[in-house]
Amino acid sequence: MAIATAAPAVGTVPVRGRARAGHAIGAAAMAVAAVAVVILLAAPGLLTHVSPTATTTDILAGPGAGHWFGTDQLGRDVFSRTVYGARPVLIASLLGVVLAMVTGVALGLTAGTAPRWLNAVIMRVVDVLLAIPVLMIALILIATAGAGVRSIVIAIGVAFTPGFARVVEASVRRLRSVDYVEAARVFGSGRTRTSVRHLLPNLMTEVVVLGTSAVGWAVLTATTLSFLGLGVQLPQPDWGSDLAAGATYLSTSWWLSTFPGLGITVTILFANFIGDSLMAALDPRDGVRPIQGFRALVAGQRPRRPRGGRPGAESATARTEAGQ
Amino acid sequence: MAAFVTRRLAAAVPVLLGITFVAFLLVHLVPGNPAKVILYGSQATPQQIADLTRQLGLDQPLWDQYGRFLWQLLHGNLGTSYLTQDSVAYELLSRTPSTLVLTASAMVVAVGIGVPLGVLAGARPGSLADRVARALSFLGVAVPYFFLALLLVLLFSVRLRWLPAIDNGSFGSLVLPAVSLGWGYAAILTRLIRGRIIEEYRSEYVRSARARGCAEWRVLLRHTLRNSSIPAITTIGLQFGNILTGAAVTEVIFGRAGLGSYLATSITSKNIPVVQGAVILIGLGYVLINLAVDLIVGVVDPRARLA
Repeated sequence: MAIATAAPAVGTVPVRGRARAGHAIGAAAMAVAAVAVVILLAAPGLLTHVSPTATTTDILAGPGAGHWFGTDQLGRDVFSRTVYGARPVLIASLLGVVLAMVTGVALGLTAGTAPRWLNAVIMRVVDVLLAIPVLMIALILIATAGAGVRSIVIAIGVAFTPGFARVVEASVRRLRSVDYVEAARVFGSGRTRTSVRHLLPNLMTEVVVLGTSAVGWAVLTATTLSFLGLGVQLPQPDWGSDLAAGATYLSTSWWLSTFPGLGITVTILFANFIGDSLMAALDPRDGVRPIQGFRALVAGQRPRRPRGGRPGAESATARTEAGQ
Repeated sequence: MAAFVTRRLAAAVPVLLGITFVAFLLVHLVPGNPAKVILYGSQATPQQIADLTRQLGLDQPLWDQYGRFLWQLLHGNLGTSYLTQDSVAYELLSRTPSTLVLTASAMVVAVGIGVPLGVLAGARPGSLADRVARALSFLGVAVPYFFLALLLVLLFSVRLRWLPAIDNGSFGSLVLPAVSLGWGYAAILTRLIRGRIIEEYRSEYVRSARARGCAEWRVLLRHTLRNSSIPAITTIGLQFGNILTGAAVTEVIFGRAGLGSYLATSITSKNIPVVQGAVILIGLGYVLINLAVDLIVGVVDPRARLA
């Protein structure tokens, strides 16, 4: 009996041809997303010449030829606001995930190679942080740091760090006894050198997959925070805050909230699809250790410590990893 | 079993202590002296501020303050609101039932949609039902609940006028918040159950049940689903915290006077004792639910007790 898949990837029984077609679609999605991200971040002016904050007398006009997505209560062009509103969301979620990745990997590597007592201290703290809902950690941080995109980046970075640290630490524990790591140690390679030269390169696939699959959750978290008014302040465009602002006019002008909302939805769809494709493409399928997606992690299927593990898919995996 | 219960209880203690410590630190992490925040706008003299600082114990060493904070907490005292001087514990507890009702309803929605959909999809992978279920769950994860809430209001309140958009205490006004909050978790459950059922179908015991001439529906419900239910229960428990914080946002949208909306306004007004209290209350609820889940799983699945 193969080990239970902790993160059911794309799911169907892998058929060779279908898998290859899946890879092609995944690669295409990635290319489209990359182009879209670059344009939305660097040159939103390519898509619209209308300033997102320019007010006109054309108030609450429905979608049409003049204004594709209509105008809002101040006569601002909703299409332009939707295009420019992507920037704070993308900055917050992408930078946040990168921050979480860097700190999480550093923490996981440190804990995984540290003496037992230090490992225990670090991983206890990580456990406590994992026990607090992500949005709660983010809200606490924003309460202390104040509203703004920078705060959201930090909030996502901190709130997502424990997930990365937990997975990296588990992998390091497994890798520590692998021959080439042992050999490096025998040849006098220090803890830092072993971590950076030998452990880190072998963790990269896993970390990249985890990071990609975290982006969807990061977008959801970032837009939730800005929806609550804790991100970019009006009149600057932002999907979350525009969606919230448009809710007031929902009964008469549906387009105000709908287009920013669709922007968020499409972004998360893309992020999740790419995450799933990467996971399916890079999964070693060695029957021992399925690559973990962040969604599964946040959804509660945490990788457990080998001892005192919870029942279910994840602890079965953990136990096998520990060779128990 | 007793050892298992003790171990689980012991594991909850550091988590609870950690949550209280994080909540405690909030006062010190927020820029500005709390005494100044409380006296803000009342033209307080430096002397008054110094007096209040001493009164609040803010001039004591950090560990003493934490000790006192815990001691007060054990007596059910969460301090007073900066803005109204009301008891935070009372304010929070009076809002808790509304939030719990919303959270529980959202869970009912999640399980009610997610489990049947997951079973349907997992029983016949590749079928039309499976494709529909997978598309729905993919969408369910991607549509943010606050956006779904607005779309539901637009359809059912504005266009069809079937359900109220704003809370009025009736059952009808609970439907839209519960569905919008529960839908995303239904999607997660669908994915999970589907994956588990496909996995379980490949196992030896299913083959032997079929060989014994067991009816197909019986194989599905009695054997496969039962064995898939344990990770599902664990997931539901771990999702509780996310649903609870999601309830905060949902309450704001639907004008429900619950824990979440109180927390959201308190964060913007830097009303720290309220934030502290809410953090501890939600954290406590989360820990208790997961403790219950662990114990349930321990009863259902004897293997879990050995882990």
